[in-house]
Amino acid sequence: MIRRPGRLALVAVLLAGGALLVTGALRDTLTYYRTPGEVLADPDAARERVRLGGEVVPGSVRRDGEVVLFRLADSGHEVAVRQSGMPPETFREGEDAVVEGRLGVDGVFDAEHVVVRHGNEYRPAPPPAEPADAR
Amino acid sequence: MRTSTVELTADSPHGAAARRTTAWAAAGLAAAAGLAGGLLAPTDALQGPAQRLMYLHVPAAWVAYLAFAVVLVASGAHLVRGDARWDRIARAATEIGVVLTALTLATGALWGHLVWGTWWAWDPRLVGTALLFLVYAAALALRRALAERAGPPAHGDIRVTRPVAVLGIGGFLLVPVVHFSVLWWRSLHQQATVLAPERPPIDPRMALALLLAVAAVSVAATWVLADRVVRLRRQADAARTTTARRPARRPDLVR
Repeated sequence: MIRRPGRLALVAVLLAGGALLVTGALRDTLTYYRTPGEVLADPDAARERVRLGGEVVPGSVRRDGEVVLFRLADSGHEVAVRQSGMPPETFREGEDAVVEGRLGVDGVFDAEHVVVRHGNEYRPAPPPAEPADAR
Repeated sequence: MRTSTVELTADSPHGAAARRTTAWAAAGLAAAAGLAGGLLAPTDALQGPAQRLMYLHVPAAWVAYLAFAVVLVASGAHLVRGDARWDRIARAATEIGVVLTALTLATGALWGHLVWGTWWAWDPRLVGTALLFLVYAAALALRRALAERAGPPAHGDIRVTRPVAVLGIGGFLLVPVVHFSVLWWRSLHQQATVLAPERPPIDPRMALALLLAVAAVSVAATWVLADRVVRLRRQADAARTTTARRPARRPDLVR
């Protein structure tokens, strides 16, 4: 049996946890990320820390030392992204990604964090490539 | 099968046999799902082996929804009929739902770490699931707190069970919000595949492993529910005999 002070503490922790989650969710007004079109339409809002999501444009990924450069696209709009640090292993051209950071004065989005956003389609991996000695 | 809910929760040799059969069926399905998910289903092209977490994450989430639906129905029936039996079903289903929601969050965090590159995101689906966990954990805490205040007999006191039933019914409002969050709001979490109206492509072997896993978790949850309901009734009966033997502690005399 939990005694009364412990019980009150438990209820307080549960209430605080709930309040934290609700405020955390509403802070971003239920939109996890902005699209390139929204960021380009209102660049001033993106000077604050925001999330930007879109398709990693095929052929746009370049590695420059510690920095990875790529472009995110959505319905015809594109934003260039400068990401410091390695993206996750699942990061690929042609797949979606969400970056967190702010739009720089040069129009390039400075990202501190990148997550991969994958779809709801599941396909088997292609059979492994021919072993090297089979050539 | 002749087994019905009544037989599954009957505290008789017949009921015990029905529960044993259910447990074995769950074990068989779990073994089949393990083989299908581990060996038969191919590795996902984009996500790699991490996608196999789906065979735990999705059944846990779905059966948690089902458990909360049982809480909704049983709590409603308890409010209408005042029957302690429905309250025991609601309590056991709440416990199962809370455990499965915790499993959903844990497997989801690991999957997110491996594929998204983050353990947690302030995403509507993730926040909604965490709220679902908190609301039903709060229902269990409320039951305990009220039972302590009411004092013995700890079972079937309507001053305890009615507020808990109201919370159990109200909490179900979150279930559709969580399920449709990925459609209503822009989120990091992917949308549904199998429960989507226009089903996006999924390899049939992956779909088979997923359905076997859902069946295994559903049957296992049914068994746990029946077993827990029987145990709760034994506890209640034992408490009633103890109280009856000590007349001084009978609530009508204390009050």
